[in-house]
Amino acid sequence: MGYDPKDPLKDRITDIGPRNYEEFLPPVIKENYGKWLYHDILEPGVLMHVSETGAKVYTVRVGGCRLMSVTHIREICEIADKHCGGYLRFTTRNNIEFMVDDESKLKPLMEDLEKREFAGGSKKFPRGGTGAGLTNVVHTQGWIHCHTPAIDASGVVKCVMDELYDDFQNMRFPAQVRISLACCLNMCGAVHCSDIAILGIHRKPPMLDHEHLDNMCEIPLAIAACPTGAIKPATVDGKKTVAVKNERCMFCGNCYTMCPSMPLADEEGSGVALLVGGKISNRISEPKFSKVVVPFLPNEPPRWDSTVEAIKKILYAYVEDANKYERLGDWAERIGWERFFEKTGLPFTEHLIDDYRFAYTTWRQSTQFKF
Amino acid sequence: MAKHKTPMLDELEKGRWPSFVSDIKQEAENRGKTSVELHAPKEACDDLLGLLELTYKDKVVHWKHGGIVGVFGYGGGVIGRYCDQPDQFPGVRDFHTMRVNQPSSKFYSTEFLRQLCDLWERRGSGLTNMHGSTGDIILLGTTTPQLEEIFWELTHDLNQDLGGSGSNLRTPSDCIGMARCEYACYDTMALCYDLTMEYQDELHRPAFPYKFKFKFDGCPNGCVASIARADMSVIGTWRDDIRIDQGAVREYVGGEFKPNAGAHSGRDWGTFDIQKEVIGLCPTQCMEWDGKKLKIDNKECTRCMHCINVMPRALRIGQDTGASILFGAKAPILEGAQMSTLTVPFMKIEEPYDELKDLIEKVWDFWSEEGKNRERLGEMIQRVGFQKFLEVLEIEPDPRMIQEPRSNPYIFWKEEDVPGGWDRDIKEFRKKHQR
Repeated sequence: MGYDPKDPLKDRITDIGPRNYEEFLPPVIKENYGKWLYHDILEPGVLMHVSETGAKVYTVRVGGCRLMSVTHIREICEIADKHCGGYLRFTTRNNIEFMVDDESKLKPLMEDLEKREFAGGSKKFPRGGTGAGLTNVVHTQGWIHCHTPAIDASGVVKCVMDELYDDFQNMRFPAQVRISLACCLNMCGAVHCSDIAILGIHRKPPMLDHEHLDNMCEIPLAIAACPTGAIKPATVDGKKTVAVKNERCMFCGNCYTMCPSMPLADEEGSGVALLVGGKISNRISEPKFSKVVVPFLPNEPPRWDSTVEAIKKILYAYVEDANKYERLGDWAERIGWERFFEKTGLPFTEHLIDDYRFAYTTWRQSTQFKF
Repeated sequence: MAKHKTPMLDELEKGRWPSFVSDIKQEAENRGKTSVELHAPKEACDDLLGLLELTYKDKVVHWKHGGIVGVFGYGGGVIGRYCDQPDQFPGVRDFHTMRVNQPSSKFYSTEFLRQLCDLWERRGSGLTNMHGSTGDIILLGTTTPQLEEIFWELTHDLNQDLGGSGSNLRTPSDCIGMARCEYACYDTMALCYDLTMEYQDELHRPAFPYKFKFKFDGCPNGCVASIARADMSVIGTWRDDIRIDQGAVREYVGGEFKPNAGAHSGRDWGTFDIQKEVIGLCPTQCMEWDGKKLKIDNKECTRCMHCINVMPRALRIGQDTGASILFGAKAPILEGAQMSTLTVPFMKIEEPYDELKDLIEKVWDFWSEEGKNRERLGEMIQRVGFQKFLEVLEIEPDPRMIQEPRSNPYIFWKEEDVPGGWDRDIKEFRKKHQR
């Protein structure tokens, strides 16, 4: 018997949590859990982990779209059944990993993955994303399913990865490069510590739907939501509503999150900002935030040319100039930001000088600069 | 034959990277001809493409703000979504998301994935996110009457629960840990699973000031980015010495092993130079190489992982392992981006994790009491002060918690800090000091 809408609480089960991961571990993983000694990247997208028992697991990593259909997942299952004993895993960066316990199983798996293409001609399972190269772009929902985005997500990522495809499949960078995308300042994807962050931003203050605002929103919550205190209560045509001090708005969209009658997305106003030089790892230097180096690029569907172009400028200037093991942010700090703008050819504008809280800590208090 | 013309989206079928447009089209086609009895609109995928094409033309999203839907007894796990052109695109009139709690480290059996696919083909749009940014399996697009049906099947047939959304504990996530990584300093998968089970109530019933995220990294490399996006970041580390296999070090120097596990093989960087690539890049300069033997002054090591990453066959993490616990990371909304702050330099991470749970509950009690509506933990710590946070957690201050001591001398002394307290007699003062 299934769910009975007439008696919704009958036999109800709740709070059982996720399935226990132990059910889903391939045997070689289960047997060598906690016993791994070292690993090697045999070629881009192929890892070999060696256990103290002598066992080895070979992993083939392929890039996936975060958005995927059940038909596509079934195809992934078919591959895993055929080659990997019915197990697989996904990575934090939306890659799919197929694992085998014997080197002889590697080639047939790779050949199988390689030949699969979508009807439109794109690869279904591009191999790569390891070592000193580009890994898959993590991203948010964008126009496909979110209600606050300034930009699309899947489409922008597709265009960027089409252009950087060879670098996903190669390991010729000084260090790994993590590109991430968040379609608005809410940053569901937390892109603020990425080597290159693609961020959707708005540039117009919210519109006010005075007629419905009082019915749709808790006015005090909308007022409290504004980090700069730009919203105040108002009465328009006898209706309780809010007023916005436009010059104080920094377009964070938090008011819209609290109040649907304050939309701010706009054809001309919304678009892309690029941030660079963030990292999460503690390796060599400490984790650091990304910094804004392109304050705005327009939304350019379907191929997002300016965004793709700007990313290539940043990425290849870094690849050309940085030392081995040096992350993008460490490179920028070593050469200095004046050189960064010179080498990337990006224009430096007033919008790149911080004017929000704690801005002072980012201005230069020394005479140590470069001509 | 496609229901809507999508000339702009068709451009996204070109190029080599997997095309999500091609995938949605393939799903639309399969939905058109399937013999499965569909309980959600047959045209969901077609209409989603149509709606996205319209968005590409208008450059402003066509999803309405919010929508309160859910399953009975839960406050999270379902996100309501309605399209603002329902007449044009009835297949996505309502298109709610269900967040499904992913298994630790996102390992799957194909059997489970197929069950999930069957369920979502019948009762949803057939589209998913594998995975959402917090880590959940995202089932994308279903109608309100299907929500309880899906929940029933998930729990009864798949033995699987929903994840979190709203002001609650968000679905915890972890790195691959001991399953396939030699750097894991504690069992991230076991801890993630244990805490997820322990705090089911907090996960499903929003009772916090705002969202709260746990993330578990097995080592300071930080593969799940816990330091940047978790209110509580648990990052594996060790207290004793890095284990050295001197023979293997010499083999790296001799070129028998590729440095960094072969991560740089796409370019000719010249022969491996241990002096330049390891010793010289060590942030604390605590290593020495005399041509035969590698010495590490472990007391000065900050465990950044660089040398271990470069020579994984020669160097291993220590054996007295555990984790550092940091609190307060978040993305910019509202008060600007924050990274987690080191609060507990070291804790042993062993079942049943009582010490960690005790810490978590103290943090929640304090934040629930003191936190304002929609104030993340990191913002609250800034507002009340880190000292206060330590006091509540009963943790002694330690130089490990700071980057540098304060440079402003405006110290908020408490009355009990000063001998004699704050009450003084002005008349007594005037006896010695004329007005």
